[in-house]
Amino acid sequence: MPVELDEPQTDDETLLARPWVTIVWNDPVNLMSYVTYVFQTYFGYNRKKAEKLMMEVHRDGRSVVSTGSREEMERDVQAMHEYGLWATMQKADA
Amino acid sequence: MTEGFVRSRRDGSVVASFTGFEADLLRSLASQLVELLRNEVAAPTASNDPLEDLLDFSGPTTEPDDPVLARLFPTAYPDDEEAAGEFRRFTEGTLRDGKARNAVLIIDMLEEAGLPPALEEDGLFIDIELEVPQAHAWMRSFTDIRLALATRLEIEEGDESFWDLLPEDDPRTHVHDIYEWVGYLQETLVHALSS
Repeated sequence: MPVELDEPQTDDETLLARPWVTIVWNDPVNLMSYVTYVFQTYFGYNRKKAEKLMMEVHRDGRSVVSTGSREEMERDVQAMHEYGLWATMQKADA
Repeated sequence: MTEGFVRSRRDGSVVASFTGFEADLLRSLASQLVELLRNEVAAPTASNDPLEDLLDFSGPTTEPDDPVLARLFPTAYPDDEEAAGEFRRFTEGTLRDGKARNAVLIIDMLEEAGLPPALEEDGLFIDIELEVPQAHAWMRSFTDIRLALATRLEIEEGDESFWDLLPEDDPRTHVHDIYEWVGYLQETLVHALSS
């Protein structure tokens, strides 16, 4: 019985493991080439994905650039602030 | 006038050559950034508990008053004041130190490359060679300098024609020219690093 009771917890952990997102917002200062370079360098995204995210920021005013645990997103937001990008975080469904 | 940064074919470093005037200007911008970062103390705000205040030396919890600092250290949780304060307490000091360190690196490297404390001679050239980690520090600091200038100038999305039409004798014209010039340096640096 204890084994069965443990199972739902695993599901919860899976659900709770990635409920946060890092959002980068558009600003009139940062260059498109620079924003793309930051996404490639920090997140390790390939050029195509980095350019797609950069264009979302530029065109839509914001883009979700990473998803993960709250702690992971706090690290990503801090890193974006190191690079001078305007980043915030929130729950994924917010 | 400098042509900005290029990748050295020899060893992959990034190089640029500045006139004495340009190097002096960069040093001045970096120095102003350092002064700003260290000027408004990243002090914790007072609570109602004197003991808590004495023990709370970890960092600020509210957005800086200066709009430049507010832009350099944005609020991470726009809809959760308490979480935003905690995030700021644990990150702003580190972020300030990192940004100040990057700007100091620019100043130190310009001076090591021959920029005198007070620029007097004409015809001086300052040659800079950056390893990749140094290039990243310069790149980040160029961003901080541009964010600072843009905040002071109140630059907004799509206002290019306003700046183009501003009279030559408007003091903002000169500052905007510097802002554009640092943008040019940034563009060549990113391009050199990407190539």
